[in-house]
Amino acid sequence: MTATGTEVETMTFAEAIRAALSHEMEADERVFVLGEDIGIYGGAFGVTTGMLERFGAERIRDTPIAEEAIVGAAVGAAMCGMRPVAEMQFSDFTAHAMDQLVNQAAKVYFMLGGATSVPLVLRLPFGSGTGAAAQHSQSQEAWYAHTPGLKVVMPSNPADAKGLLLAAIRDPNPVVFMEHKLLYRSASGPVPAGADPIQLGVAAVPREGRDLTIVATGIMVSRALAAAEELAESRIEATVVDPRTLKPLDEATILERVRATGRALLVQEAPRTAGFTAEISARIAESDTLYHLLAPVRRLSGLDAPIPYNPDLEKASVPQVPDIVQAARALMEDG
Amino acid sequence: MTTLAKSADDARRVLATMWTIRRFEEAVDEMFARGLLYGTMHLSIGQEASATGACLALRDDDVITSTHRGHGHCIAKGADLGRMMAELLARDNGYCRGRGGSMHIADVTKGNLGANGIVAGGIPIAVGAALAHKLQGSDKVALSFFGDGATSEGAFHESVNLAAIWDLPVVFVCENNHYGMSMSVTEVSRLERVAERAAGYGIPGVTVDGNDVDAVHKAAAEAVAHARSGQGPTLVEAVTYRWKGHSKSDQNLYRTREEIDSWRARDPIERFEQVVLKAKTLSEDELKQVRDQARDAVRDAVRAGQTGPPPSPDLLAGVYAPSEVDALSGGEAR
Repeated sequence: MTATGTEVETMTFAEAIRAALSHEMEADERVFVLGEDIGIYGGAFGVTTGMLERFGAERIRDTPIAEEAIVGAAVGAAMCGMRPVAEMQFSDFTAHAMDQLVNQAAKVYFMLGGATSVPLVLRLPFGSGTGAAAQHSQSQEAWYAHTPGLKVVMPSNPADAKGLLLAAIRDPNPVVFMEHKLLYRSASGPVPAGADPIQLGVAAVPREGRDLTIVATGIMVSRALAAAEELAESRIEATVVDPRTLKPLDEATILERVRATGRALLVQEAPRTAGFTAEISARIAESDTLYHLLAPVRRLSGLDAPIPYNPDLEKASVPQVPDIVQAARALMEDG
Repeated sequence: MTTLAKSADDARRVLATMWTIRRFEEAVDEMFARGLLYGTMHLSIGQEASATGACLALRDDDVITSTHRGHGHCIAKGADLGRMMAELLARDNGYCRGRGGSMHIADVTKGNLGANGIVAGGIPIAVGAALAHKLQGSDKVALSFFGDGATSEGAFHESVNLAAIWDLPVVFVCENNHYGMSMSVTEVSRLERVAERAAGYGIPGVTVDGNDVDAVHKAAAEAVAHARSGQGPTLVEAVTYRWKGHSKSDQNLYRTREEIDSWRARDPIERFEQVVLKAKTLSEDELKQVRDQARDAVRDAVRAGQTGPPPSPDLLAGVYAPSEVDALSGGEAR
């Protein structure tokens, strides 16, 4: 391994997260992990597999099923010099821990006049596609992004997962780190060796095209890229922007790319109403980017409904590749 | 048999702390009545012995978490009165730079991780602090103050259990003042005593007279020693009473004048003074000196608060700590 990150290794999204966790635990004795079934079980999605053997039960702490105490303990430990990384087994369970996340972690730095901060990371496996239905499939990033004091990170590929998690652990503020469950095993790709963090607040532009700009988050990035391939066959060239971090948000890159193409398609898995893409849409409308638009902004979101169990209905409730292709064509026809 | 009253130094220290809390809160009460303070406040007048006795059992480097009724805990853990009063007066020299107010005063340098506006909100944080101490190989202890009302919250149960199974160095101090706002403690639980809940988590639980500073100190000191030696948490219930209403809007509809008077007759400060006089540890003159010093200290604090600068209006700069791994850190484009 080199420190410059010039070497790469192919790994899955889950392995990349494990690599970042393991690196920080090796490098910084303040870092420890706590959560449900993260020890011998390796976590519900296998992210911490093997870490108990490597780091021991003091630093890989299996907890009772007590989300408020898990996050609260992370808050207290963070205020006393540690760098906890807490895992919610499913992001939905954060509902149990919202007081500690929203009323405590997010507000301590401001409320105490900057006397102390809360450097914790809350890892959240989120999203639909596993048949786990309404209480295990949500995309709640807007809850967190709407809370001043929290940072919200949503990687879409293994390299970003590693680099952004390294940054999240080193950041002195509470960071909500959202991991789409379908990516853990299915997303595989080159990941730089070493331990260079990816700065929060810097969007990625994985594809450049002249006709429209698709801003997509989380798993929607890979679907947008697949859709862009298909669109290219009919000579529609799409730019794809992946914000990577919702808070802080790289507004400059998004607006610049939307201005360049004059068309914006915003894609998220979360329900439409008051979703994060509504914020992006508003920022476009509030800026002079508005005058560069050839057509109104289009949003493609999950339905304003809980995620259903039936596999066909589950797929139909969130954007799929054909939906993105269709929405892009419609946007081109709009103007 | 009392112990603190036998040493002139201990007696003076205990009385100085209790009188400072009393005078500070009387000043706050009066300033509110005169319209000089904004927002709300929760006074602990009548409960001074629990904050004082418990904090006296701690070292300076031990930590506490406190509650919305936290002025006493702050003072007992060594807070600067001027910065406290400045915070209540919403000034820049306040502990929170005027952004927190009464319910959020903390002094991390003195081990006070903060008052808390959320009932039971500080309990999991104390458990986390104790976990940090354990992981750091330190023998520091965390002590969490909370009221009887907090024992109905899930956070209390999750936290005490977590501390118990991990043998964490934490002391849970329930200041049972009989009411969660207007709700009587007898109506929210089938148990006679809050401390009985300890059995459910396999840890020691003890109930003490919370208006007897010696009794509180003794129970807290035992619990602290237990925690410091790696034997895990204890639940200490200090039975006490708040003389004043829950907050400034309280009309005391849920309790009688007789009940309040009966508790005023059990004033923890006057009671300890009598013990000290009886033991001839301090003279009447010396007691008066302690009272006068507390009065003067509070007067100085009010002045420090009233003459403090107004807070900085740059609120967005105070939301996030500066970060080297955030490209937009310090910027407004969030």
